[in-house]
Amino acid sequence: MLENLAMGFGVALSLTNLAYCLLGVTLGTLIGVLPGVGPLVTIAMLLPITFGLDPTAALIMLAGIYYGAQYGGSTTAILVNLPGETASVVTCIDGYQMARKGRAGPALAISAIGSFFAGCVGTLLIATFGPLLGEWALEFGAAEYFSLMLMGLVSAAVLAHGDMVKSLAMVVLGLLVGLVGADVNSGIDRFTFDVLELTDGIGFTVMAVGIFAVAEIVTNLEHRESREVFSREVGRLMPSREELVASIKPIIRGTGVGAFFGMLPGTGPSISAFSAYMLEKKIARDPDRFGRGAIEGVAAPEASNNAAAQTAFIPTLTLGIPGSATMALVLGALIIQGIQPGPQVMSSNPELFWGLIASMWIGNAMLVALNLPMVGLWVRLLTVPYRWLFPSIVMFCALGNYSLNNSPVDVYLCAGMGVLGYVLAKLECPPAPLILGYVLGPLMEENLRRALIISRGDPAVFVERPISLAFLVATALILAVMILPAMRRAKGEAGD
Amino acid sequence: MPRLRRVRGTVSRTGLVMRTPALQSKDVLAGLLFLFVGGIAFYTALDYSFGTVARMGPGFFPRVLAVVLMLFGLVTLARGLVSRDPVHGRWGWAPLALLVVAITAFGYLMERAGMIPALVVLFVTSAWAGHEFRMREVVVLTAVMCLMATAVFVWGLGLPYRLFVVPG
Repeated sequence: MLENLAMGFGVALSLTNLAYCLLGVTLGTLIGVLPGVGPLVTIAMLLPITFGLDPTAALIMLAGIYYGAQYGGSTTAILVNLPGETASVVTCIDGYQMARKGRAGPALAISAIGSFFAGCVGTLLIATFGPLLGEWALEFGAAEYFSLMLMGLVSAAVLAHGDMVKSLAMVVLGLLVGLVGADVNSGIDRFTFDVLELTDGIGFTVMAVGIFAVAEIVTNLEHRESREVFSREVGRLMPSREELVASIKPIIRGTGVGAFFGMLPGTGPSISAFSAYMLEKKIARDPDRFGRGAIEGVAAPEASNNAAAQTAFIPTLTLGIPGSATMALVLGALIIQGIQPGPQVMSSNPELFWGLIASMWIGNAMLVALNLPMVGLWVRLLTVPYRWLFPSIVMFCALGNYSLNNSPVDVYLCAGMGVLGYVLAKLECPPAPLILGYVLGPLMEENLRRALIISRGDPAVFVERPISLAFLVATALILAVMILPAMRRAKGEAGD
Repeated sequence: MPRLRRVRGTVSRTGLVMRTPALQSKDVLAGLLFLFVGGIAFYTALDYSFGTVARMGPGFFPRVLAVVLMLFGLVTLARGLVSRDPVHGRWGWAPLALLVVAITAFGYLMERAGMIPALVVLFVTSAWAGHEFRMREVVVLTAVMCLMATAVFVWGLGLPYRLFVVPG
């Protein structure tokens, strides 16, 4: 492992990769800190810029954008009480209260320190468990992959925010959208409706930008903006001794919680941040302080969501199964770069895998060393009015999509997906399962087909192979755990 | 004593609880959307051969998915008819339409008029979708962002876009 890590650092520390890492982290923070622009939109928007790079550099830059955007998201949460994404909703609670008491600086610093610590642990975990998991996964056949994807999709849908049935429907819808284009096996065009450009399928950035960015802008435009920025009161960054001491244990606990949840498919940063916060509140000597500016309420969830953000790379890189919508974007970027994600990535592209891991650590260090001192600049960005921002986001979305194939059709499709994304958002159908289904659709069909060819059409193959059976049982358990309480509640309602 | 049933809906000005009309309930609409998309997908996939389980044809997976989507759509529809939870907030059709026009016009003008005119139309149209439209701000914003787009995409990434297309 040490040898591999050393090689990774060799790759990541090359001047160009270092530059892309820095560029990604800075761009990510810059855009992530803008109010109303979450990490998903940031990544979707900047995705086309990375396509011209070689795969390693592109992935390093994307990862940098990802952390940068997350960090920027916590800054907005603390200073404006406006979570850029669900993962920083919890940070708002106590972070914003600290800002109102004039302790925005320490809150930001603790959030950065906690994230950095969690990032270090997360990087080590990936370096340790990634290869183990990858080796194990090498034994997977088509049946195992199909069951694993089924488990990933079902748990992502079940654990997503919102209604379970609608989330599952969104997964299926995503799988269908993923099938658009020429079928690899028969060569038949499916769902192309005689549009030549659809033969290659609906582009990945078209989906990401349309479903997330366009829909989010319209949602933001529904209501007038009103926010209160504590721009002049960031003050001293350094937390006091007591604050530091009080944060140590929450950071460690938060990291543990986050690392665990991040590895599970479908959970990701938001659930981990929430669980870490609840844990701190539960074990605190005086839980009343929470919600009134308790530093533990910032330290634990921030460490937790960053740890989860890191460990989420484990299933994505080693199994090719993304746990969250953001990871689906990373996976999509890999596929566009011509790399088939899965256990073979480590052996076929070791410099990519280990270079990325090393650059994760470097990116986290950059965030603390470069971005924290620049917090004054980020704060000034917070005051940029949304009416300047959203046309510029629209520009990046339109130009970015056009630049992929230099074709206006992608731009038109993106507008269409924007309409779909907005309608789905209004009907409270979560978009993340849709993107996951869309990315996994073709792979799932291919593995299903292969498994059934090998078994000569006997569907029992999925339950006869032990690993596949284990995944299916886990899927059933996840569903049962979610359905049973709902049924009991329904019964209770009917009974009284 | 008559049993009170919990009815979800909007409270009218007179204080009466009005049951949300079915077509304003988010789950009813979502269910109909899933049924509609599933139906189209199933109908279209009828043209692709189904094959057998051992040799899945190109129509196998889509048809199975379409049926599953329609089932989920039915469940969502039924639950919506019972609960009648209304769609939250107002629909932002106006900003949505303006953004769609802005993006589509950009795609259309890119080859025919060049990048700068396409971007100008994009900025003016999308800025219109906001709550405030200040002409001077939009002009400055458009100018700055056109310069930035040229710097990033044309000079930086080296994409072969013409800034202006001279007709003829």
